[in-house]
Amino acid sequence: MVMLKNPAHRAWLVLMVATVITWYLGEVGAAGTSAIVAMLVIAFIKGRLVILDFMELREAPRLWRILLEGWLILVSGLILLAYWMSLR
Amino acid sequence: MSHASTLTLPSEAPAARRLPGDLAIWVFILSEMLVFAVFFAAYAFARAKNVELFNEFQQTVNRDLGALNTFLLITGSWFVVRAVQAAHRDDLPAVPRNILLGFLCGGGFLVVKVIEYAAKFGAGITMSTNTFYMFYISLTFFHFMHVILGMVILAVIWTHARKGAYTRKDAHGLESGAAYWHMVDLLWIILFPLVYVMR
Repeated sequence: MVMLKNPAHRAWLVLMVATVITWYLGEVGAAGTSAIVAMLVIAFIKGRLVILDFMELREAPRLWRILLEGWLILVSGLILLAYWMSLR
Repeated sequence: MSHASTLTLPSEAPAARRLPGDLAIWVFILSEMLVFAVFFAAYAFARAKNVELFNEFQQTVNRDLGALNTFLLITGSWFVVRAVQAAHRDDLPAVPRNILLGFLCGGGFLVVKVIEYAAKFGAGITMSTNTFYMFYISLTFFHFMHVILGMVILAVIWTHARKGAYTRKDAHGLESGAAYWHMVDLLWIILFPLVYVMR
C-alpha cells in the first residue's frame, strides 16, 4: 500500500486495469453508443494519467498541460463525432 | 517549521511550475501528436462512411496481442518514470537499470507486432486489401516506427545514465527522452481501442 503513494505506481495500476476492461469489452462484443462512450472515457482517463503522472505535467506550466490535455479532448471529441455520425 | 527543514527538504518547498526536459522536445512531441490526431480522425471518419466493412474486418485483427502490447508500453513507460524518479533522488544505479527495463518492454512490443504482422501478411493481407486494412497497416506501422525511434532515444540516454549523467541537479536529457517515450505510450492508448475494439 505504501507503494501506491507514488503517483506513477498508482497510474500504472489503473492503466493496467483499464486496459483489461477495454480488452474485455472487446471479448464480449460490446458495440454501439454506450460501448463506444465507455471505451472513449476509459481511453481519456488513461491518456490523462500518462500526461499527468508519467510525463509529469501535473506541476508543469499551465500552457503545456492545456496543450496536451487539449489534444486529448480534441482527439476523443473527433472520434466521438465520427462514431456518432456512423450511428445515425 | 524552521528555515533549516525547508532547506534540507527541497521536495517540501512549494515547487515552481517546471516543464520536465527541454522545450524543444515538447514542441517536437506536440507536432508528432498533431500528425497522429489527423490520422486518428481520418480513421474515424473513413469508418463512418464504411461502417459495415470496418466492423467486419476489425473482427479479424488480434485483440489479445493488441492488449498485450498495451501492457508492454504502459509498463515500459512506468520503468522510465522510475528512472526519472531515481535520478531525482540521486539513486544513480537505478537510472540505467530502469531505462534498460523500459527498452526491453519496447523490444517486446516490436516482437509482438512482428508476430501480428507476420500472421496478417502470411494470410495475404496488404494495404490494398480494403480501406480498413489500409488504415490498420499504415497507422500501426507509423506508430511502430515511433516505438523504434523511442527505443533509439532510450539507448542513447542509457549510455549516458551508465556514466552517472543524470542527477537531482540535472536530469534534463533523461526527462526529454522519457517524455518522448511516454508519447509513444499515449498514442497507443488511443490507437488500441480505436482500431482494435471500438465498434
